[in-house]
Amino acid sequence: MASALINVPAKAKRGDIIEIKTLMSHIMETGYRHTTTGEAVPRNIITSFTCRFNGNEIFRADLFPAIAANPFITFFTTATESGKFEFEWIGDKGFSETASASITVE
Amino acid sequence: MQQPPNSSRRQFLGLAGGAAALGAIPVITVRPAEATPAMLASAIQNVTGGAMVHTGKVKLDIPPLVENGNTVPMTVTVAHPMAPEDHVRSIHVFNEKNPQPNIANFHLGPHSGRAQVSTRIRLADSQKIVAIAKLSDGSFWSTSVDVVVTLAACTEEVI
Repeated sequence: MASALINVPAKAKRGDIIEIKTLMSHIMETGYRHTTTGEAVPRNIITSFTCRFNGNEIFRADLFPAIAANPFITFFTTATESGKFEFEWIGDKGFSETASASITVE
Repeated sequence: MQQPPNSSRRQFLGLAGGAAALGAIPVITVRPAEATPAMLASAIQNVTGGAMVHTGKVKLDIPPLVENGNTVPMTVTVAHPMAPEDHVRSIHVFNEKNPQPNIANFHLGPHSGRAQVSTRIRLADSQKIVAIAKLSDGSFWSTSVDVVVTLAACTEEVI
């Protein structure tokens, strides 16, 4: 089963720049590997990662097979108000996972 | 008395060695073609649309010597303010010799506060990594780093 690890500070001051760290467990099969019998292993990767804050998109990444297994992505955002971060990973073979984290801004 | 068993053992070992050598050949040939510098150039062209790419502003933090190409930590930082009227719109990372030239595209905005992203990537060979930043005024800035990889990723066999 897929599972996500999210690291968002629980509290921040208004105007602070905060770091968000995310990790999603996924094999990220490149599609360029072969079995010992010579058959190609089909591609199975996460192609898109999106982060929304209170419904507005704040960060998006397009991923390719060159991203290592269990994609780990960190980025920054400005804390403007209390609210909820929503994370979404979409990939091959109908892969779709979500996670969320709340922050209190003072 | 001693001759026959010895020679047949040698023959057997010789045949086995030959078979192993023959078996090894297809393993080498199934390796897919590498991306070429031309593919890298066309992937960059797709992002920039032929606009001039300046050197500078972008910093690519990646170990110069990588033991395991399966997971290489990478951080891209763009030394540019993130104001609503003037900010970094996106960061694009490319490679020269993986089967595909693209690594990732990151889309940012003025709310990002700091134009910095980190991830872990795969490298199939010792090669050049290129990071390009697109600013809100439409200009492009880039940097490139050469990385030496001792254990390649992406194309090894599944066990």
